[in-house]
Amino acid sequence: MRKKAFRPDVDAPEWRGRYAPYDIIKEGTIALVVVAILTVALAVVFSSPDEKAITIKTWSNADPIDFAQTAVSELNGTSGVAGYGAPYNHGGPAQGWGFLSPAKWVGVHIDIHTANDFVLDPLKAQPAQPALTAALARWTSASSTTQSAWANAYGNADAKMTFTNQRVNVPTTSAGPVPVLINDLTMMARSGALDQALVTQNGFYTTNYTKPLLFLSDGSYLANLADKQHLGGDQWGMMNETGSWPGQAWLWLYTFWYQVPPYNTSASGDFLVWGTMMILTAILIFVPFIPGLRSIPRRLKIYRVIWREHYAEHES
Amino acid sequence: MTNTEIERQWTSRLRRGVVAKLPPDKLLPDTQPAYVASWIYVFGVTTMAALAIVIATGCVLALGGPQWWHTTWLGHFVNSLHLWSVEIFFFAMVIHLWGKFSMAAWRGGRSLTWVTGAVTFLVSILTAFTGYVSQTNFDSQWIATQAKDGINSTGGGAFFNVLNLGQMLMWHIVLLPIGAVLLTVLHVVMVRIKGVVPPISESAEVTS
Amino acid sequence: MAHGWGFGALVNLDHYGHYVNWHFLSISVSNLVVIVLMVVTFIVALVAPFPGRRSRKRPQ
Repeated sequence: MRKKAFRPDVDAPEWRGRYAPYDIIKEGTIALVVVAILTVALAVVFSSPDEKAITIKTWSNADPIDFAQTAVSELNGTSGVAGYGAPYNHGGPAQGWGFLSPAKWVGVHIDIHTANDFVLDPLKAQPAQPALTAALARWTSASSTTQSAWANAYGNADAKMTFTNQRVNVPTTSAGPVPVLINDLTMMARSGALDQALVTQNGFYTTNYTKPLLFLSDGSYLANLADKQHLGGDQWGMMNETGSWPGQAWLWLYTFWYQVPPYNTSASGDFLVWGTMMILTAILIFVPFIPGLRSIPRRLKIYRVIWREHYAEHES
Repeated sequence: MTNTEIERQWTSRLRRGVVAKLPPDKLLPDTQPAYVASWIYVFGVTTMAALAIVIATGCVLALGGPQWWHTTWLGHFVNSLHLWSVEIFFFAMVIHLWGKFSMAAWRGGRSLTWVTGAVTFLVSILTAFTGYVSQTNFDSQWIATQAKDGINSTGGGAFFNVLNLGQMLMWHIVLLPIGAVLLTVLHVVMVRIKGVVPPISESAEVTS
Repeated sequence: MAHGWGFGALVNLDHYGHYVNWHFLSISVSNLVVIVLMVVTFIVALVAPFPGRRSRKRPQ
């Protein structure tokens, strides 16, 4: 037989020493009982969080101006979702680094056209009202240049938006039918009808909340609530839970990168974080094959505490 | 059928192979090497015990459907059991990881045991994530709208839509638990086949 | 806060969390407690004596 050099970080000597009785089924049963008792105790003592979901209705009632301003940005294509790019639309460049842009390579698979999906189609689904019908007809029959001019005129003035007497008011006269569209959409949202319209566009049954969630994400209401709960991306939010419950401590390294440059300053920060984490994950998986890294346990010497009796017996 | 024909059956070959690789007294041993004598060794089985309770409480939640826990005291209590068993699961699994790293437990042909363990850790994180976005509350709204950016940037978001509750819930209760359990079984079977890794030795004979 | 289910629990965690901040690091008290508990548990598991010293040679 050929003798190979022993590599202490790769090889393990065959055990020819003593064996001791070890009841693994009893051990497993004890573990199950202990964990069950601990789980019940923690559930009784601490319960669990359940912050109620927000709706477009709650958002538009709590902050009608933020809702209306977001609606304008969806109509004139300046919102985050409108300019997102893949996988939703071609409105912006997908994230990437150099030539690497997997999102762009995969392309658009979840079609979101914010002006139609978030504003015009829900309004068209409303029961016929003369002013709204006329506004929609005027919008639809206009050229895209005119539509842009109207929407931008409204958007440029919306910093002076007010909400009085249940109406959205913006001081502009060159926005065409846009004031009617935005005001009616806001009324629709405040009634709860927009929540429904955004999910039933594809039929009665749905479990897909892509549209209302994307619309919510473009506004400030959801993000402000999240910030109060310390869930923001720049607050190590990925680790945190609502209230004072413990969260997901195991995500510490995922969220760490979002706190430091260049990750937190780059427009492709998410791509950089995920790329970094994929590399580190591969390193974790392949530790046994990485010289240097696989020597760390032997150098750390924690093993000498674990197996102290073995070493005491065999090295004496 | 002759004896040779019986021996050549797939059934017979599979049984012989399995029994040769993992005979009953190796699958369920009644002794362990004397060096298996530290509390650090209990965290693997503790992780599995926690996983069993996560699955059991998840099954009870499934009885009432995704909204049940918002509307009844019992549903909320079962949700609390599910959440805390998940916390214990990750608590034990990470300590198990620290222990196994400290022991360089991949030695002696045990690399695949390490690899399956690491992959199970990642599948567990993904399972927990799909659970968090299936809560149908504010937390799931926020997590989904945030996580979409990371996943979209990899190109995966086109197929794995975290804003699609139905898809996320089905990954959480069907695909990922099956994956996690299969990986765990594979991991434990490998530990049984190879035995618990011996203490680190600076030098010894290796023959081939 | 309003909508959580802290009531019914013996310890009410249904309020905004407290955070420990140091430079750019920020961790919730509850997460810090969990992590400290993990480290303590790891150390205790390493050093605590393990019961059972009976042994016998495995029959061949």
